[in-house]
Amino acid sequence: MRQPPGISSQDFVEVIRLFSEVVGKEWVFTSDEDLHLYRDAYSPYWGEAEERIASAAVAPASTEEVQALMRIANRFKIPMYPISTGKNLGYGGSAPTYSGSVVLDLKRMNRILEVNEKQAYCVVEPGVSYFDMYRHLQENSIRLWIDVPDPGWGSMLGNAIDRGAGYTSSQFRNHFDAHCGMEVVLADGTLMRTGMGAMPGSDTWQMYKTGFGPWIDGIFSQSNFGVVTKMGFWLMPEPEAFLKGVVHLPRYKDMIPLVDIMTHLENTKVFTGYPDINSPVLGTPSLAGLHDFLAHGPEPRDDEYMQLLQRGAAPEEYEAYGKRNKIPFWSCAFTFYGPEKVIRAQWENVQARYRQALPDATFEEKEFYNLPLSEEQKEKVQYPAQFGIPNLRTFAIGARSSWNPAPPSDGHAWFSPIIPRDGAAILKINDVLGKAAKELGVPLVFAMNVPVPSWERCFVFIIPFYITKDAKRNKEIREAFRKLIKLAAEHGWGEYRTAAAFQGDVMDTYSFNDHALLRFHETLKDAIDPNGVLSPGRYGIWPKHLRKEKKA
Amino acid sequence: MKFTSALILAGFYLSNSLGAWAGEDAQGKQVFEKWCMPCHGKGTEYPGTLALDARYKGAVPGALEDRTDLAPALVQYFVRNGISVMPFFRKTEISDSELDALTRYLQKQPAQAAAQP
Repeated sequence: MRQPPGISSQDFVEVIRLFSEVVGKEWVFTSDEDLHLYRDAYSPYWGEAEERIASAAVAPASTEEVQALMRIANRFKIPMYPISTGKNLGYGGSAPTYSGSVVLDLKRMNRILEVNEKQAYCVVEPGVSYFDMYRHLQENSIRLWIDVPDPGWGSMLGNAIDRGAGYTSSQFRNHFDAHCGMEVVLADGTLMRTGMGAMPGSDTWQMYKTGFGPWIDGIFSQSNFGVVTKMGFWLMPEPEAFLKGVVHLPRYKDMIPLVDIMTHLENTKVFTGYPDINSPVLGTPSLAGLHDFLAHGPEPRDDEYMQLLQRGAAPEEYEAYGKRNKIPFWSCAFTFYGPEKVIRAQWENVQARYRQALPDATFEEKEFYNLPLSEEQKEKVQYPAQFGIPNLRTFAIGARSSWNPAPPSDGHAWFSPIIPRDGAAILKINDVLGKAAKELGVPLVFAMNVPVPSWERCFVFIIPFYITKDAKRNKEIREAFRKLIKLAAEHGWGEYRTAAAFQGDVMDTYSFNDHALLRFHETLKDAIDPNGVLSPGRYGIWPKHLRKEKKA
Repeated sequence: MKFTSALILAGFYLSNSLGAWAGEDAQGKQVFEKWCMPCHGKGTEYPGTLALDARYKGAVPGALEDRTDLAPALVQYFVRNGISVMPFFRKTEISDSELDALTRYLQKQPAQAAAQP
């Protein structure tokens, strides 16, 4: 039997026996065959000595069982690594950050505890996936939407505390911001509720986020300070209608006013849906075209275009070609949710603003639906996540397809720094990181990488890295990834989230005043988890007894 | 004595399994719909189906439910080991008994096979 580092086999045998008393033998996993299932399927260290492997896994069915397990772990100083659905692929999957930890698998805690249609909120356990909640809402004809990330099998709770993003209205796209109230089991097994949940008998736990005194929910996201066992979320009441209108612009430099106007319109709530920028002439897909692109590859182009592509022409060199062939340089799809009259007026306003600033802008209405969608319409919509419909289409990224028949990748990791909501920033990061990525042998498909406008005040600039099962190639990938982390940080661009293998590297770049922020995290860690039993090393935060070893 | 009880047991399992087939088929279908279909459904929206279409180029159908050659061991292998971007599944997601139901559903055969010792 494997065991955590520094724990005697005698103690570990006793711990496993005690764990089994809590959850039942069938929910404690110690065989190599079972522990294989807790590896990170997308690990950039696959099969190497540094790969993070669990020593055991234990799967409780209730908060009380989580408390009992944590009391045992704390007593024997066993490192525990909680996962929700364990589907955080590309960000660590179900593997612990510290090898030898026991995975606390919360998948069996899959109850939807409450959905309040009138007040538009829900309360869920960690094992509830977006698919589960979608099915629940459909089956019970509840007119509320969830905001889903790309992979629908993820945990609502887990995705939110890893600070994931989605595609519907701006109020809901930041999954952590959309939460309201948490229940947390601390390292010693203490049960705590945040916000209004801290007041016994309160019936406003999911109606007012901050309660009284310091609002501490944030410290349980991207961290290792507690096991979140319940979480409330505000949900979006199903709108009356959906409209998607596209603004087309002909010039490379139109990017700057495109973003400026878009951001002002978004911040003034003229539109609330996901703004979707792409470059038709450069061939970067919009959300609407993403699946087709992944499935069927880039659209065929003429000889003149292929020459531009082959000689590695700069983005602006495509402008003349685009003008001659009536292909816009930029397009931006605006989505609107609400009563038809209101959203048509909003779309009118968007068009007027662009027409005024850029007289040769053109406009196109792409999609309009009265809601709810019929079953046929659900199959037809351009991007189901914009309607809160969970799916797994995103896994076409890096998978085999008719246009990509070569041995496909075995997973991916996203390099995803935050940059300003500014067209000039997009051009600059492309210049700096695009060039560096090419030099490092990171394949970039397009002449330019268009960032993702998930949240209102910034962009996320995403470069995919394709993970393999080949140690030599993975080593090159890791080195390139780490170089980009450093290079980006030199320009003030920091990642919003990263794979477990790189969390320490990214945390190191948030180093203002001699790492004052990390030192604060460590002070907290030592105070609320003095034995360092919860997820050592997660997001670069190590408990005292492992800190020196890791920093050396 | 041993022989007799074995016969009785075999008879019990056989009749029981025939009666239970519809129920087990429904469970297998449920497992398929929950865990497999979002990637392996019929149509062009499913990455697993697209990948298998590209892999087999028409030699066998891309959609798993259209296949007639999926041996239980093969299904078990891919569920517990994954392939390419498909991850493996833990027992808290698909338990061993759910996996059995899934393999029978994809094999399109009633449950006798599973009842054999």
